[in-house]
Amino acid sequence: MQDTVKEDDILLEVRNISLSFGGVKALENISFDIRKGEVRAIIGPNGAGKSSMLNVINGFYHPQEGEIWFDGKLRHHMKPHQVAKLGIARTFQNIALFKGMSTLDNLMTGRYIKMHANLFSQMAWIGPAQREEIEHRQKVEEIIDFLKIQSIRKTPVGKLPYGMQKRVELGRALAAESKLLLLDEPMAGMNLEEKEDMCRFVLDVNEQFGTTIALIEHDMGVVMDISNRVVVLDYGKKLADGSPDEVRNNEEVIDAYLGVSHD
Amino acid sequence: MNDTFPKLLLRNARQFADRPAIREKDLGIWQTWSWQEMHDEVLDFANGLASLGLKRGDKLAIIGTNRPRLYWGICAAQCLGAIPVPVYADSVAEELRYVLDHAEASIVLAEDQEQVDKVLEVKQDVGHVTGIIYDDTRGLKDYPESFLHDFAEVQVRGRKHAKEHPDFLQQEIEKGQGSDIAIILYTSGTTGKPKGVVLTHDNVLITSLNSAKEDRLTEKEDMLSYLPLAWVGDHIFSYGQAYVTGMCSNCPESQATVHWDIREIGPTYYFAPPRVFEQLLTNVMIRMEDASRLKQRLFHHFMEVAKRCGTDILDGNHVPLMDRIAYKIGDLLVYAPLKNTMGFSRIRVAYTAGEAIGPEIFDFFRSLGVNIKQLYGQTEAAVFITAQPDGEVYADTVGKPSPEVEVKITDDGEVIYKSPGVFQCYYKNDEATREAKNEEGWVMTGDAGYFDDKGHLKIIDRAKDVGKLKNGALFAPKYIENKLKFFPEIKEAVALGRDMDYVSLIVNIDLDAVGNWAERNNIAYSSYQELAAHSRIYAMIKANIEQVNRDLSEDSVLSDCQIHRFLILHKELDADDGELTRTRKVRRRIIAEKYDVLINAFYSGATQCQISTEVTFEDGKKGTIDGDIRIEDTETYEPLKAAS
Repeated sequence: MQDTVKEDDILLEVRNISLSFGGVKALENISFDIRKGEVRAIIGPNGAGKSSMLNVINGFYHPQEGEIWFDGKLRHHMKPHQVAKLGIARTFQNIALFKGMSTLDNLMTGRYIKMHANLFSQMAWIGPAQREEIEHRQKVEEIIDFLKIQSIRKTPVGKLPYGMQKRVELGRALAAESKLLLLDEPMAGMNLEEKEDMCRFVLDVNEQFGTTIALIEHDMGVVMDISNRVVVLDYGKKLADGSPDEVRNNEEVIDAYLGVSHD
Repeated sequence: MNDTFPKLLLRNARQFADRPAIREKDLGIWQTWSWQEMHDEVLDFANGLASLGLKRGDKLAIIGTNRPRLYWGICAAQCLGAIPVPVYADSVAEELRYVLDHAEASIVLAEDQEQVDKVLEVKQDVGHVTGIIYDDTRGLKDYPESFLHDFAEVQVRGRKHAKEHPDFLQQEIEKGQGSDIAIILYTSGTTGKPKGVVLTHDNVLITSLNSAKEDRLTEKEDMLSYLPLAWVGDHIFSYGQAYVTGMCSNCPESQATVHWDIREIGPTYYFAPPRVFEQLLTNVMIRMEDASRLKQRLFHHFMEVAKRCGTDILDGNHVPLMDRIAYKIGDLLVYAPLKNTMGFSRIRVAYTAGEAIGPEIFDFFRSLGVNIKQLYGQTEAAVFITAQPDGEVYADTVGKPSPEVEVKITDDGEVIYKSPGVFQCYYKNDEATREAKNEEGWVMTGDAGYFDDKGHLKIIDRAKDVGKLKNGALFAPKYIENKLKFFPEIKEAVALGRDMDYVSLIVNIDLDAVGNWAERNNIAYSSYQELAAHSRIYAMIKANIEQVNRDLSEDSVLSDCQIHRFLILHKELDADDGELTRTRKVRRRIIAEKYDVLINAFYSGATQCQISTEVTFEDGKKGTIDGDIRIEDTETYEPLKAAS
């Protein structure tokens, strides 16, 4: 966790977001912000609207009401690839890699938004295209080194165990060198050791590259250990927002999320 | 005189200036340092260490995997007359604490954050550590400790130090002598605390020089440095021999990528323990199962050819012309591509040591033209005690005494030696030194062995496990058991016979291998016990034992160890029942107590024996297995040569 997070240095702010699908209200009047350089967690029980929230930030869903401010500017209606260009990268709850391609190639696709050479010069691998690819490859190799996945560099990702695929997906998101990294349940389905590794990587990414991270997570223990601030959703509504300790002791949260009785 | 490693570095920088000295795969690309570049890096770092206060006689602990900078740390410390102390990278904090404390290390060179964290954890218990230097900066930039230094930053300090004291380092290097302590290597030690083996420059340098000459190693060799830095073998192969010959050590990208990296480097000189070769052979066989029909037939046809004449061609023996031609075609179609996928295309010399290697594994690689040889060594000897010369390679020996090494067998059958590589002492442990080395400089190996007719040393067992039969002949149970365990049908074997008239054997069959065979031969069975008692299984095991007896009959020393009687046990030996250790070593004493009924039956001539054994199930419950066990006699053979 970065000690250098400044309170008024806001990277992303969502204001009064409401999203509904027909009669189903997925999100209702949600507001919170993400500060530069912090690890921000969004938690909540199943169906609370966590992934919807991420999809809104990501530009995949468009809320009926509310505003999104990114990097000090009001963001207008945008498609996901435009949002990506703006500097927001993400991973998915169900891994969304190109299974038949190698780890290396998957990471290279993460660089796509940074590439400028046209299709023909890329095919011929001449001039600027060649220079560019070498540059991008260098960056990708740094990420491979960072995530310690050298041994699977040339393995098709479909053949990799689940935990490794998750790591490759994180790598692809990192390859985009974004300002904000959205992680949708990065530890879901992992065993304890894989979880610990992933926690280490999330913290290292935050520390080494200064990347701001917003993550959704089920595992309360993990969330409380690695995030600076936590926002809690339940049935599309915001229940609480604050430091892990504040959230942990919030009775509404205990009721809704942990389901522990108290009197 | 180039009698120390720093002096050799200066020589190599002049003599092999532009030749590669060390490579490391980083960011997917092999980075190379020439001898001149490495010389500069080492000297800068040595100056930096001096500016941090490291001086003659101080210790520099080095912890991490095979990284160029850690190898440079070894030489840099030696430049100052300080003593490098490498520590195994996977040591837990407690082991690290022990070594740092015992060796009185003053500065620690650590590979990365993981290792730095370990050092920090134990630092307050270890008073004399004044500084920590790290290679990989990742995750470390926000550590507040002022005694933490980045490797590159230490080199910057070193360059400044060199400007202020231009002659300092040169003088320090010249002060060094061959009799100075070069390194302290802590042996991992299966029992008790690790012991620090003190080796001088002479020990390491002369041994490296002799062994390099023996195998005609030159500056053109490439060697893969992937075994632990703190292990004497890596120190000799990747450091000692590299400095002596000017060859290049190659550091893999990570431990997990070694099998890719070896293909890219194609080493000419290589070391691996037997299990690596075993694994490689298994992989080849599994992948051949999946290959197309044509490829399979080609493979099996040409492997037959290789079996027939491959080793003879490698050893330069006479081979008929037709076989030579067939072998050449096989090389084009099968052997060369196969060697290429394993990274063995360019190998001139490969060594294996540490434990017995299965003869079929050994012959497989040699028949392909990979010159694997065996050696026998110890940390206390700076590795080389014996090694197999080219053209005299056998699966069951460890070779002839290395140059300038004297080897003797004591009356008890223990192997002892004297050599220029013999260690000075165990650091701060005179008692252990006296136990291992006598006044005349002979070192006890703790291994029992003998010289065969060809003058090759054979190691048979740990000396304390070797006994005698009633007639006084040598009885080496583990040697016999190992021979039997090379058969896939036999999982465990226990040889009995100490102070008895003849040797008997208790066998455990391998349920997977034998079960598979039973299925193919329509033999129905419901349990291990039933399968084990089957007469055809008995016949199969009997044939295996007789094969071993034939081998033993040709052995001049162990021909009396032929097995006279055997039985197949009605249950599998199990660690839960205390019969094996957790690492699957046989516990002889417990087996002797538990099965004394069977042992009595062996030597009373009975052919049947009733036994009831208590077993512990996996859930901790106990039960008994009863059974009648058949004891059968086996054929024994006249010794080919009477033992003299």
